[in-house]
Amino acid sequence: MKKNASWLNRFFMVLVFLFLYAPIFVLIVFSFNDSQSRTVWQGFTLRWYAELFRDRQIMSALSTTLLVSLLATLIATAAGTMAALGFFNMRKRWRGVCMTVNSIPMTNADIVTGVSLCLLFVAFFGGWEAFAGWCNGVQGLIRLPSRLHMGFGTLLIAHITFNIPYVILNVMPKLRQMDKNLIDAAQDLGCTWMQAFWKVVLPEIKPGIVSGALIAFTMSVDDFIISYFTAGSSASTLAMVVYGMTKRRISPKINAISSLLFITVLTLLIIVNVREARMEKQAARRRL
Amino acid sequence: MKNKRALFAVPYVGWMTLFVVAPIVMVVIYAFTAASGGLTLENFSRMGTYAVVFTRSFKLALIATVICLLIGYPLAYWISREGPGFQRVAMMLIMLPMWMNFLLRTYSWMSILENTGLLNRFFSAIGLFSLINGLSGASIEYFPMINTQGAVVLGMVYNYLPFMILPIYSVIEKLDGSLLEAARDLGADSARVFRKVILPLSLPGVLSGVTMVFVPSVSTFAISKLLGGSNELLLGDLIEQQFLGTAYNPYLGSAIALVMMIVVVVCMAMMNRFGEGEEQAVML
Repeated sequence: MKKNASWLNRFFMVLVFLFLYAPIFVLIVFSFNDSQSRTVWQGFTLRWYAELFRDRQIMSALSTTLLVSLLATLIATAAGTMAALGFFNMRKRWRGVCMTVNSIPMTNADIVTGVSLCLLFVAFFGGWEAFAGWCNGVQGLIRLPSRLHMGFGTLLIAHITFNIPYVILNVMPKLRQMDKNLIDAAQDLGCTWMQAFWKVVLPEIKPGIVSGALIAFTMSVDDFIISYFTAGSSASTLAMVVYGMTKRRISPKINAISSLLFITVLTLLIIVNVREARMEKQAARRRL
Repeated sequence: MKNKRALFAVPYVGWMTLFVVAPIVMVVIYAFTAASGGLTLENFSRMGTYAVVFTRSFKLALIATVICLLIGYPLAYWISREGPGFQRVAMMLIMLPMWMNFLLRTYSWMSILENTGLLNRFFSAIGLFSLINGLSGASIEYFPMINTQGAVVLGMVYNYLPFMILPIYSVIEKLDGSLLEAARDLGADSARVFRKVILPLSLPGVLSGVTMVFVPSVSTFAISKLLGGSNELLLGDLIEQQFLGTAYNPYLGSAIALVMMIVVVVCMAMMNRFGEGEEQAVML
């Protein structure tokens, strides 16, 4: 494409990026503020960072967030890749049905997904209570817990449920782009189907799997609404802690933890991008 | 042979039935159930009392979507005309804020927009208020910005703008350059190339962007609570109140959720009619 970006275009871009980053900048600056205030600057301090690591609530919320995101991403990536393989081999009409159902959690409003899962869990726990009562009455060998609550388990189920569609959506196009003769060739050369999958299919669709996993993790970390409806009172993510605080007053410790998270992600992204750019440059040089 | 490998999908189909289809069936059942049990349409007729909330939600979401489109389309278009390095960095910068939870970013807007917030402090520091007061004889000490509908729209635009930019960008970026050349060779000036070639071809991206902004905007509840205060209740807040809040009534809540689902389905159906093959465009 021709490059005739005028100064006006660039100026517009800068304005939009300022708009996107101004709140983040404010958040980071006030994590160093020597006061509870979130608008008046009182001098530089690092005490919020020190206090952060002693705050049980924030630390446990952080570990819940990371744990649920990581677990959900891992499970959803594996399950989603497998499901994409299955969908790909289905008859066209069934594939269409499956892909439509698959897209429901992505297109539905988060709040609808959250609420519907909440209803399901509550109904299931009600049924379980009756079942456990009956079971414990009939036999004395195994004692089933009579009451179940929403918590980490339901939170994880919800995250897996809304993550898998993103993985499938990223893996499917790669499967479609793949040359189907490759698998046949591998099998003709003596591979079993499993070997052909590990040696031929997986490397071909790997970019799709990686980007799917990345998006799944992003969605998990960024999610608040679905977690809010499915976590119950025993597990809370960072976003839920923040939401609870907005009703009273948010501690600058929250600013501190968000700054740390932001810097971490920024560093990771820079490393990945620099590596990618370098690899591309090398590939270009090899071609010459 | 072909069908055997389709068995890989079986676990996920089971999972979908349990955690995607069954919950929606439950919402439908609840929507038509009275609190005392038994079939009823009362939940839907009661929604009439919340007509104000419905219109407000749709109005604000629509405004936010239009603003996102007006900002997002030119931005995506201009970014796609830059060099590859620039494009890579720009896309990274657009996605990066999404990694910071949206509640934190929205909370940050609170401190900017408050009556004693950063923006008002800035205005008073540059003497804007004394200027206005001197000119008109009024005594303004701050611009009321937070707890208004404008603040809610700002929050929506801020949070969902990337969802508009990314699909549009990914469509424009993949446009076949030879098409543009052909149009130019056939004598079209750049305005015409844009209108006749680029715009129609980027429509699938626009449509998926519009859905991706409108749906979360119309259903949000945290943004309105943080930036709109208690007087700018939206549909999302209404649903939340029925399930976890003070006005516990999951039957009414399900009915509202069902209406919202239908809105989304209608949106999707319109999108599918306009844009064929938008599937790839939806994701980055």
